[in-house]
Amino acid sequence: MTVTQSEAVEERATGTTKYVGQSVDRLDGPAKTTGKARFSAEFPYPGLTYAAVVHATISRGRITAIDTAEAKAVRGVVDVLTHENTPPMKPVPKGIPTSMNAVFSAMLSGTSVNYLATDEVHWNGQPVAVVVAETPETARYAASLVRLTYRELPATLDFAAEEPKAEPQKGGLMGGASTDKGDAPAALAAAAHSVDLAFSTPPHNHNALEPHATTAVWDGDRLTVHDSTQGISGLRKHLSQRFGLPEKRIRVLAQYVGGGFGGKGSFWAGTLLAVLAARATGRPVRLSLTREGVYHTVGGRTPSTQRVALGAGADGRLTALLHTSVSRLGQVGGMPENITGSSRHLYACDNIQLRQSVVRLDLLSNTFMRAPGESIGSFAMESAVDELACELGMDPIELRARNEPERDPVGGKQFSNRRLVEAYRVGAEMFGWRERDARPGAMRDGRWLVGMGVATAYHPQMLMPANATVRIDAAGKVVVQCGLHEIGVGAATAQAQIAADELGVPLGSVRVEHGDSDLPQAPFAGGSVQTASAAAAVVAACAKLKRTLLGLARRSAASPLRGRRLEELEVRDGGLYHGGRGQTYAEILAGAGRGHAEAVIKANMLGFVAKTVRDTRRYVKAASGAQFCEVRVDPDTFEVRVSRWLGVFDVGTVINTRTAESQLRGGIVMGIGMALSEQTLIDGRDGRIMNPSLSEYHVPVHADIPRIDLHCLNEPDPISPLGVVGVGEVSITGAAAAVANAVRHATGKRVVDLPITLDKLL
Amino acid sequence: MTEIRMKVNGDVESLDVEPWVSLLDALRDRLDLTGPKKGCDQGACGACTVLADGMRINACLALAVQYDGSEITTIEGVAHPLQEAFVRHDGFQCGYCTSGQICSAIGMLAEHASGMPSVVADSSELTEAEVRERMSGNLCRCGAYNGIVDAIMDVAGKDAR
Repeated sequence: MTVTQSEAVEERATGTTKYVGQSVDRLDGPAKTTGKARFSAEFPYPGLTYAAVVHATISRGRITAIDTAEAKAVRGVVDVLTHENTPPMKPVPKGIPTSMNAVFSAMLSGTSVNYLATDEVHWNGQPVAVVVAETPETARYAASLVRLTYRELPATLDFAAEEPKAEPQKGGLMGGASTDKGDAPAALAAAAHSVDLAFSTPPHNHNALEPHATTAVWDGDRLTVHDSTQGISGLRKHLSQRFGLPEKRIRVLAQYVGGGFGGKGSFWAGTLLAVLAARATGRPVRLSLTREGVYHTVGGRTPSTQRVALGAGADGRLTALLHTSVSRLGQVGGMPENITGSSRHLYACDNIQLRQSVVRLDLLSNTFMRAPGESIGSFAMESAVDELACELGMDPIELRARNEPERDPVGGKQFSNRRLVEAYRVGAEMFGWRERDARPGAMRDGRWLVGMGVATAYHPQMLMPANATVRIDAAGKVVVQCGLHEIGVGAATAQAQIAADELGVPLGSVRVEHGDSDLPQAPFAGGSVQTASAAAAVVAACAKLKRTLLGLARRSAASPLRGRRLEELEVRDGGLYHGGRGQTYAEILAGAGRGHAEAVIKANMLGFVAKTVRDTRRYVKAASGAQFCEVRVDPDTFEVRVSRWLGVFDVGTVINTRTAESQLRGGIVMGIGMALSEQTLIDGRDGRIMNPSLSEYHVPVHADIPRIDLHCLNEPDPISPLGVVGVGEVSITGAAAAVANAVRHATGKRVVDLPITLDKLL
Repeated sequence: MTEIRMKVNGDVESLDVEPWVSLLDALRDRLDLTGPKKGCDQGACGACTVLADGMRINACLALAVQYDGSEITTIEGVAHPLQEAFVRHDGFQCGYCTSGQICSAIGMLAEHASGMPSVVADSSELTEAEVRERMSGNLCRCGAYNGIVDAIMDVAGKDAR
């Protein structure tokens, strides 16, 4: 079977038509629909062995004995590695980092535990031994035969019990912990109308469909690692530090990653243990975590408790806005989430108070999960705004419009892009909002109660430095080299579209090399930064390449481009033109006697930091949108079914309409899961995760997801590369609130504790 | 060790496997057919779906020895319009569930054509609701469900809305 790049697009895009902004087939489509795309656990090596992890079954304590005799006796077991027999890794880096990569190496270490170098147990599920065997079945079986004896120590495990003792969070990389403007408590007390609600959200796990997997191969003092990571260069740095090896001797490969959502953004035990086991045994090692193993060794989203209190006048204008949160960290790692962060930016109000607190428990560290902070924070804030609309008897869209700020409510900076009112106006028209009868329970479809809800989506936008190399050969074929991550976002396709436009070549002649730490370094695939950040480097590399090519052309007396400046030329048809006269790149290269030309862009760190500081002093930049949800609720069982959805988003320039919409849909699907079914259940007595499986942690299935309509306003952001604002996270924000608000409309019941299960409505 | 013979993607394969080896592990680790994916290894996600004598099964819940003498089709052996339709309708993102979704959809269409019932009330016609119901054993965490349903409806000859 051959699936080629869509011919239709190819035809439309020759000449001056641009690829950016079109609906383009993913370049990896054929590989992924024929089974040819290989993921990290799928690279065969001669002499490959298989590793299985033994997890601790206590939450805190010391290992007093570890009996591996029975496991070692199983035929086919190569070795059983424990803290008693394994040459240790170097400890997790601390101290003053010397480079951006070093910052990330320390920051992105999932935990501070040096696995298999300690008898200490810090959470229930911590890896305490690794079996290496000739077959995966042997490794799994032998792992079940390792006997551990512990001396248990008291552990603090119950978030609900500890939450009242939370301590104020210190400011950090994920944002400031508190904000004060005016006197919000006093304004709340004096408000004509107010709501004051307490919320809770449970822990969540990413559940990327590919469990974390690593294939590690040592060749003398060279190391090759296939790893399901969202950050190849950061991982290379981390491995360099942990294994005492120069980075140039380490190659990290991740051409395809089976979903990440933040769970593959840090460096977790599985990766490190595979490399350690390969070094200890002298054999190539493949370590694929079991699904349960992912829950036990890769952190998830923190649970939270939140309070949102809003005060308003009879006209709906906010006079007080308070948002406080408590989140959970592990004793051995994790970062506070910026749960109240978006509440700084959403509504005009003279009195704002935001507070964040944290508790540390003897559980695995929390970690980034799609829109960390904003996803759960927006549930609380946008539910409270809806409740205020109910209290005021005002349409929730009108209430938001009345409180739309001209400038950032805290600090007064400009918004670089802000079209929330427009998003709601367009969305209301498309969704048929006018037909909504505001009275709870007033709308029916047969016996089903019908509810319609809205909520605001908002996610701050950042950029990271990126490098790229663009090369063109004598046949006009273009190669873009950039260490991007293809975790499902269509990263390579988007950069190919950009390069094709910048160089005026057909998309089919552009190839993007990615997922290899030997390539020019790109940022990690996280924080919605990848596409815009890489675009800056690719655009710059294409510009440099065109200047190089023009320089070659101008050396030839016969060239029609002689004496021309790049600014006055058209870029089209695989070459440079002025009026009707010009040359193709192939002709230029042939004329210069060159086989190829190449442009290398290395991010100028000082310049990057200077621009970032300049921009953030002046502007607040974010992706935003309006979520419209319709639910059907069974009046007897209170089963909730999402029946319609519309998301209208302002995400700047859209590179590939099809893949961008898919990514936005994906966030909404995850938001629907968060609203209705997802929760990681932790036993407060022993810290064990009770539902570490896809049969007991309920992610949305086909039957749960209706048609999701999308509309992007598609106006370029004025201060972003190509006007691109990342689409990776914004669409999960507001999604759970939109469901909760629709349920409130259908039933009259405000559910403040996620997920919205039947028992909370009965 | 047990010697088994299976016809896999049209080729006869002889394998010596221990009786506890799953069909999925036999395909992935012994035959290097890594198209079928291991998302959970307990029948909850459907990423391992293959066709066994034309029926869709979760290869992780099957023992290889059970399929001695059977005909197995993995995504590597599939040549079906669904594959292009998945690309056209963007029925995937990361691609990890895709092999299973496509194999499952092929099996599902055959089940529906043969009159196998589902819980959706009127299952004589292949509606979007039917497809969603019948495909619910195949999880997609990227949330490409709309595109998957569109691709299936497209190939099944219905208008995808």
